[in-house]
This record gives sequence, C-alpha cells and structure tokens, in this order.
Amino acid sequence: MERVPILKIGDILLVSIQLDMSDQTAVQLQEDLAERIVDTGCHGVIIDITALDIVDSFVGRMLSTIASISKVLDAETVVVGMRPAVAITLVELGLSLNGIRTALNVERGMELIAAARADELDYQLDDDPDAETATP
Amino acid sequence: MTTGVDLGQPQAQAIRSDEDVVRVRQLVRSVAVAVKLSLVDQTKVVTAASELARNTLVYGGGGSVEVVIVDNGRRKGVQIVFADSGPGIPDLDLALTDGYTTGGGLGLGLSGARRLVDEFEIETSAETGTRITVTKWSR
Amino acid sequence: MALNAEESGRLAALLGGHAEQVTARWTEIVTGSLRGRLSQAELRRQVQDLHSAIATTAGQGVVDLSAESSGELRAALTELSRGRARQGFSASETTISIFALKDVLAELVQKDGGTNALHDYIAFSKLVDELGLFTFESFVRTRESLIADQAEQLLELSTPVVKLWEGVVAVPLVGTLDSARAQVVMERLLQTLVDTGSPYAIIDITGVPAVDTQVAQHILKTVVAARLMGADCIISGIRPQIAQTIVALGIEFGDIATKASLADALRHVLRLTGVETARRQPRRDV
Repeated sequence: MERVPILKIGDILLVSIQLDMSDQTAVQLQEDLAERIVDTGCHGVIIDITALDIVDSFVGRMLSTIASISKVLDAETVVVGMRPAVAITLVELGLSLNGIRTALNVERGMELIAAARADELDYQLDDDPDAETATP
Repeated sequence: MTTGVDLGQPQAQAIRSDEDVVRVRQLVRSVAVAVKLSLVDQTKVVTAASELARNTLVYGGGGSVEVVIVDNGRRKGVQIVFADSGPGIPDLDLALTDGYTTGGGLGLGLSGARRLVDEFEIETSAETGTRITVTKWSR
Repeated sequence: MALNAEESGRLAALLGGHAEQVTARWTEIVTGSLRGRLSQAELRRQVQDLHSAIATTAGQGVVDLSAESSGELRAALTELSRGRARQGFSASETTISIFALKDVLAELVQKDGGTNALHDYIAFSKLVDELGLFTFESFVRTRESLIADQAEQLLELSTPVVKLWEGVVAVPLVGTLDSARAQVVMERLLQTLVDTGSPYAIIDITGVPAVDTQVAQHILKTVVAARLMGADCIISGIRPQIAQTIVALGIEFGDIATKASLADALRHVLRLTGVETARRQPRRDV
C-alpha cells in the first residue's frame, strides 16, 4: 500500500496528496498525521489537494476527521487547492465539509494558520486583568 | 494508462478490494474523456462511480462493474453498471435519503451519486443482489 | 428514386442540348421568387453551376444522389443552400431554386413530345424532388450550426469575470440567466479565483431581470463551491422585486453577504482585507 508523505516546514505540517488514494491509504494518512502532530508539536496542518481530480464522500469524511483530530491536538487544519470541478461536484453531492477551513493555495493557507495563531495569542493577552484598565 | 484499450467495447472490472475502487475510477475517467464530457461532468461521473463502487464493495460484499459508451443518436454518454450478489437493499426509499447509513459513512453515497448523473436505475432483491445502472450524457 | 441509365441519358441530352435556353428560363423563374435580393449575374452563375453539375452527373449514366459519383452534384447543392442560409433567405426561397427546374423540364419535355414524354417527366420530377429535399436538409443544417455558433458566442460574450482590486474579482451578470449560462458563469468564476488567487468574488446581479428558483440555486451553489475552495462570495445589486421573489420562493440565503450595490460590496471586501478607504478632505481656499 502506498503512503502519503508528510513534510514538516517550520511550525507547519504539509501534506500534498499526489496520488489517487485507496480508502486504506486515506485511513493510514489520518493515523500518520495524528502521530506526527504529537511528535512534532506543530500547530498547523496544510493539506494540499491540488492534484486530486475527485473528492468523494470517503475522502471528504477523512478531511473532516483530520480537522477534528488536529483540533483536539491544538493544531489548525487548512485544506488548500481544491479544483473548481471538485468543489462543484461536492456541492452537488451534498458534502459541506463542515468545520474545515479552506484556502485557495498553500501560501494563503499559511497566512490563515498564522492569523489563527495570532488571534489565539491576542486572546490570551486580553485575559490579562491589567489590560482591561488600560482602555478608557 | 488506456493505450491499447478498445473503448468501443464494454470494459469490465471486478470489485474485490480498495485498489479495485481506484481502478474503477480510472476506468470511468478514461471512458468519460473518450466521449468528451466536460471537465465538471467527468468529475461528477467519476465521483458517482467511486461512491457506487465503494457501496458494491462494502454493502454488496464485492461484485463487478461494466463501463460502456452509449449513443442516443444526438449525444454520446458513459453508462456504468454495478452488480453484486449481496443481500440487496431492504428499504430503497430510506437508502436513497440523504444522511441515512447503515455502514457508518456519511449516508451520501447512493443519494449523492444519483444527483451527479443524468439517469439512475436500481434493481435490488435479497435473492439476486443489487444492480445499479447510471448514465451521464455529454452536453 | 434514382434515374436509370436510359433516363439519365435523355436528361443529359435535354439539358445539354438546350443549355442556354434552360439556364435562361431557370434563372427567370427563380428571379421572380427572390424579389431582387440577389443580383441577376450571381443568380445566373449559380444556376449555371447547378445545371452543369446535373448535366455532368446525368451524362455519366445512372443518377443516384447518394452514390459516390454524385459527389459534385451534392457539393453544388450544399454550396447553394449554405450561401442562401448565410444570406438570410427562407427555406422556401432556397428550395424554389431547385424546384424551378421542374417547370423548365416540363416545358422542354412537352415541346419535344416523343413517346416517353410522360414517363420521363415523372422520373425527372422525382429526381428534382429529391434534389430539393437534399437542399432543404443542408439548408436546415447550416441554420442549426449558425444558431449553435451564435449561442456559444453569446455565452462567451455575456460572462466576463473582471478583476476589481488585488484579490477581488467580480462577475457583472446581465440578462436572463438560464441553467446553461448559470453553469458557465459558475465554472468561469471559480476558475478565475484559482488563476488569480483571489479570495473574494462579487456576483453583481443588477442586470438580471428576474430570478427563479433554479437560478437562485445556481448562485447559491456557486457561493458554497467558492467557500469550499477557500474564497468568499458577496452578492450585490439585488433589486426590490428580486428580493421579494427570493423571500416568496422561500430561498434561504443564509449567512451569504448581500449588498445593495457593487460599490458597497467592494467597500465591504476592502474593509475585510484591511484596506483603508479614506474620504479626501474638501480643499479649503485660504
């Protein structure tokens, strides 16, 4: 069985799916990714599906599951590069990919993760009681 | 991938494993390209085939698929027949409802696949198993 | 319906022997039907072409329109009907150019008399009918392909996707949206998002006279598909009647952003992307 490689770039794990995955490969990717998030302590996952010419309900469910798992492990998942034909088909199929963040390309995906992390840090600072009194 | 294959003839493929589902997708895509479906229509029919092939494997306990080019005089199309000798579908209306599943999936396989093709026929019984015929026409 | 060798021979003799007379009479009959929309010289040339094509084919023996040997004849008929279709002539104005030959032949056969006159006239008449039908068919085919071409051009023309700002594209929709056009618009918009890497799209429907359930569904699907790809759509230019239709039809626009005008939509997007739009201070004379 083929395996999808997972690359670590800085604080982000990049998964670029380049092959027509069998269901087993998809499940394996799900497991591999969870392990790598814990091992590396990364806070962002980018799944690049530019090369996928179809996304069916099984792969759609895998993407949702990965997003949920990484959320639990404190990592943000962004799916990038979905082709227009794939998006139109998913809408027709009735799959909404709830809870998954998406971006047009890897670059935008990285920005999205960076922004999400920044929001989280801001939020933690806002919790500081001294900051409250500073505002008039 | 398809060199040396005569697409005028029906193409058969057994569905016994995960890898066979991938092969079904590739087979359907090559035929869809041959009848010049638009990119979106190719994607739709391949996605439908993927859903139905997985159903054949998971619920029908495996089976076979046949892909053929059809021509109604005005347009060409891809016709795909999925057949298994599994337990059949007891309540067809329920099985065609969005979100209904007995297999732990999203329940979009059958209902979703029906929306992605132009024609959808299903025959099912406990004795003979399930036979699904779908057709997608070029525009 | 084909002519046998004997009949063909007589037809060839008839047409060849009175070439000048035949084309002159033929042209005369057709001229009357076309009401001067084609110059006499051009018409004469066309009739001469047809005359020679028929005479040549008849001279070769059996006349059978579907046979290989009639290739030249078919080409002449096709050219005639294609030209007429392009110039906007009606189907009867086109086919009458062929059927006129019947009158010409009737006069000739009558004058010649002979024992085979009636038999020949019926055979020739059937052949002319066949030629006329063939012309009619190719006329219709030409018109159909003209219409198909125009429909395609119309689709191309009517669905521009324009870049409004860095990262913002817009489709100004004008005219009635049917299912086919909505689909083309949808695909083109989504492809442009990918090509330009734009995370925002504005669908402006100011120029759309009416929205039915199907069209609204197409717009909604486009918005959802764009969202799946990581882009946001804003719908602008919803006119009061359309807003009423949307509500009356019970179409749920959900959390999709809608703005009154394209300008409002652009301002909304710019605010989201953090671009400052400043109002210039009015200059004050000191």
